[in-house]
Amino acid sequence: MRGMRTRRMRLGASVITLSALMLSAVACASDDEGGDPPAAGNSAGASGQIKEGLSVAFLPKQVNNPYFTVSDNGGKSAVEEFKGEYKEVGPSEASASSQVSYINTLTQQGSDVIVISANDPNAICGAVNQARQGGAKVVTFDSDTNKDCRDLFVNQVTAEGIAENQVKLISDQIGGAGKIAILSATANATNQNAWIELMKTELKKPEYSKIELVTVAYGDDKDEKSFQETQGLLSSYPDLKGIISPTTVGVAAAARYLSGSQYKGKVALTGLGTPNQMREFVKDGTVKNFALWSPADLGYLAAYAGAALASGMITGKEGEKFTAGKLGEYTIGTDGVVVLGPPTVFDASNIDQFNF
Amino acid sequence: MRKRLGSWDVLVIVVLAIVVVVSSVAVEGFATSRFWGFLLLDVIPIALIALPMTLVVITGEIDLSVASVLGLSSAVMGQLWMSGVPLPLILPIILLLGMVLGAVNGLFVTGFGLPSLAVTIGTLALYRGLAYVVLGDKAVADFPFSWTGNMIEALPGTTVPWVALVVAVLAVIFGIVLHATPIGRALFAMGNNDQAATFSGISVAKTKFWLFVLTATIASLAGFFWTMRYASARADNGAGLELSVVAAVLLGGVSIFGGRGTLVGVMAGVLLLITLRNALQLADVPADTLTIVTGTLLIISVVGPNAAAMLRARLRRRRPAVSPAAGG
Repeated sequence: MRGMRTRRMRLGASVITLSALMLSAVACASDDEGGDPPAAGNSAGASGQIKEGLSVAFLPKQVNNPYFTVSDNGGKSAVEEFKGEYKEVGPSEASASSQVSYINTLTQQGSDVIVISANDPNAICGAVNQARQGGAKVVTFDSDTNKDCRDLFVNQVTAEGIAENQVKLISDQIGGAGKIAILSATANATNQNAWIELMKTELKKPEYSKIELVTVAYGDDKDEKSFQETQGLLSSYPDLKGIISPTTVGVAAAARYLSGSQYKGKVALTGLGTPNQMREFVKDGTVKNFALWSPADLGYLAAYAGAALASGMITGKEGEKFTAGKLGEYTIGTDGVVVLGPPTVFDASNIDQFNF
Repeated sequence: MRKRLGSWDVLVIVVLAIVVVVSSVAVEGFATSRFWGFLLLDVIPIALIALPMTLVVITGEIDLSVASVLGLSSAVMGQLWMSGVPLPLILPIILLLGMVLGAVNGLFVTGFGLPSLAVTIGTLALYRGLAYVVLGDKAVADFPFSWTGNMIEALPGTTVPWVALVVAVLAVIFGIVLHATPIGRALFAMGNNDQAATFSGISVAKTKFWLFVLTATIASLAGFFWTMRYASARADNGAGLELSVVAAVLLGGVSIFGGRGTLVGVMAGVLLLITLRNALQLADVPADTLTIVTGTLLIISVVGPNAAAMLRARLRRRRPAVSPAAGG
């Protein structure tokens, strides 16, 4: 019996040691963070400066997602500029409710600014409102929550901006005349359909009267399907002049098909893609140019918007203006929306300056 | 009761106490009523589903479909609410749905004699798939605040959510049934030896069937709470939650092979898992590290009790040879 008890105690001791080890890791982590952020200076007036020492937390849809790594790093460089304390926290899975406990944690830590891309517009609403009651300013970016639940939404681009940009790019590439097709994602993708409708409206303008949109194909945001759909488009419409693919998966697959076919350099292709995906196709002459917003600028702008709110320079009302460092001045639109601006166009001259 | 508390459950309670004490000192914001209010809200769905899961695992079975049942219930709630069904009517409907989903699990396991691990991995995928059929990738959110707000309301003068109290009462009932009634003894008997239990007059198949029904019904109830708490009915609600539930049950000292465990240990396991996770989160430990901690705990909880049992068995075998006095 005594032996048994000793064994039990030994097992107990080892488990306790293990948990103590894990806890000492906790203690270290909290020491590094060093408790409360330094007290911010006296409250600045409406026209004042961004306070120093603001704690700004970025909460992406998911950590370790390349898109958010780039946009959050944009936020980090902004926070460093205005001498705040940057931090990125978030779930490892982008599920609807996974962000809530992180918002709760930030509420307890007394964050001054929470910059969040919502996995679900409603699931985070209650938690975000608690954070705001606790004194935090909440800015959504990339993906919004209900407008009542946050102070500002930093939108990457308007749907109109996308439509104008895409039609302009293809028109320039095909010399303003000829048949074009659209390669979309899924047939019920809300944003894609909104863009396509606006592109159709845009094409009715007199300067595009010689361009004919012959069909919309759906690649379902799958690489292989998009590849096959591109092939299908070119065999159905031998005189096709150009393709617009406003989805990163579609445009890359279409470029891959064109680059290995007789149509390379003859059929124009543009769309929304990332520089890393499209670099080789721009360099081999398959694609002249394409567009996307800069995720880094998006995070940068969101950080400045949050800091301006937390410093009392703006309140989130329509028409208020603030300056976002190197990006210049922005004006708040209806429903507390700030638009980053027209998409960035990438071509052979500038593509090597971007890495995302 | 003392006899039923094995060394492992006591250990889990001790570790929980240590975690609480150390975190109170080391992690700023931990020792606040607000932290515990948030924590209890996070605990509710896991604790709720862990109750019937404990019984299932004690009988030597497992139900991995619980999180998908939660998701399907949430999706159906959303669809019903969109078509104008009032919430007081939706609740019984989805509980009925839970019973049906559980009956399907139970039928495959007891009727066709298939292993519950295989069956419920199948229904894990099937029910989640159905959830997407019902609601697609839409989210239904326009539930009235009188429901969504009240569901997370704290007891007057505290930060303790009232639902946590309901779960606590249920835990006491489950504890009494498991540890102080013939039903509970039958469950342990089944986990130790199915055939022996059958010969001693326990109807194993029937009991297990109803356990699967009970588990899915409670998972549906958790789905109702989940949907109200996050004010969002979605097909992907609760995805991956089954792992947290199983981790908590095993961490609480229930043997994965059945026949051993206590409900006190499981509730301590649930609290330990969530407290550790939230404390680490509060200390700004990244999400990936949290996953590693959860995984490590799961391994310890599976290996630990069995290693201890093996040590004990070896000790017993060896003792007569080492110490002749033990015989007398």
